[in-house]
Amino acid sequence: MAKIRRNEKREMPALNTSSLPDIIFMLLFFFMSVTSMKEVTYKVQFQNPQATELTKLEKKSLVRYIYVGTPTAEFRKQYGAETRIQLDDAFAEKNEIGEYIINERSSMKEQDQGQMTVSIKADKETRMGVIADIKQELRRAYALKISYAATQRTNY
Amino acid sequence: MAKKIPAINASSMADISFLLLIFFLVTTSMDVNQGLARRLPAPIPPDQKIEDTDINKRNLLVVKINSANQLMVQGQLTDVKQLREKAKEFILNANDEANMPKLFEEDFGEPFGVLKYTKEHVISVQNDVDTQYQAYLDVQNELVAAYNELRDECARKYFHKGYNELDEDQQKRIQKIYPQKISEAEPKNYGGN
Repeated sequence: MAKIRRNEKREMPALNTSSLPDIIFMLLFFFMSVTSMKEVTYKVQFQNPQATELTKLEKKSLVRYIYVGTPTAEFRKQYGAETRIQLDDAFAEKNEIGEYIINERSSMKEQDQGQMTVSIKADKETRMGVIADIKQELRRAYALKISYAATQRTNY
Repeated sequence: MAKKIPAINASSMADISFLLLIFFLVTTSMDVNQGLARRLPAPIPPDQKIEDTDINKRNLLVVKINSANQLMVQGQLTDVKQLREKAKEFILNANDEANMPKLFEEDFGEPFGVLKYTKEHVISVQNDVDTQYQAYLDVQNELVAAYNELRDECARKYFHKGYNELDEDQQKRIQKIYPQKISEAEPKNYGGN
């Protein structure tokens, strides 16, 4: 005969969570492989221009970045709203670019020095005068391989 | 009898991996680094006199961008969307016109044979100090696109494959037929503020 058990407390069986770490690790590896580390903390804000004929930058260790844009809100008071250049973690003047490039190049392996690429990450509103100055500085420092950072254009 | 090893408590494993996951989520940015690759000309030594390189006028395509981001190609106001076609026409000079670059015949070897190409053409981009970066990049992009399209067409004609699928040697040979010659002048103030 069926017995109705009333008094016995029914406990929920413990959920087996032993596979949870594996799932999380999978997620972790996914993110590790699709993302790239942020190079620096941005002190300037910029929105990349759009283009279609893009090539991916290869060999991250051989790429140096020059950021061009207006200072972010927290630096606005100190530096104003004019377009500024950022090298590594600090604001820089355009005449410091040459020195920076030469320093960075000498820290590379000798056989890699010719492969160095400079990526110019500039805001799309930037005036060409600033960009032209940077280009002249790069020419003088013999950093001739450059790349204008841009995002893929989706519509025309 | 073998001693039974007690199971290691792995319940904190999930927490540890969560921590790692969150760390990576915070420190990484999704955007891939891509851009328009260009090569700058070597600097002119200060003691060297700047020579006026004598470029025949027919070999020169002048693209000017003013401070209002308007485009002038060979003295004509042009939309940026038409630039690619104009550049291709100029680089090819298929009909051997007198105001387009001079054609040279050269043997490029198998499978090209003897081809006519504009060896000495130069596309000169001149921009104003106040030109917007996006407008400048649009022009650069269209010019690079013109070369890429020509090279791709050539690759499909002779190798029956896209330019990007060819090996390095084949790409180099096509580059010889369509050498990329985009010159950039120093920025000048053309006015029009």
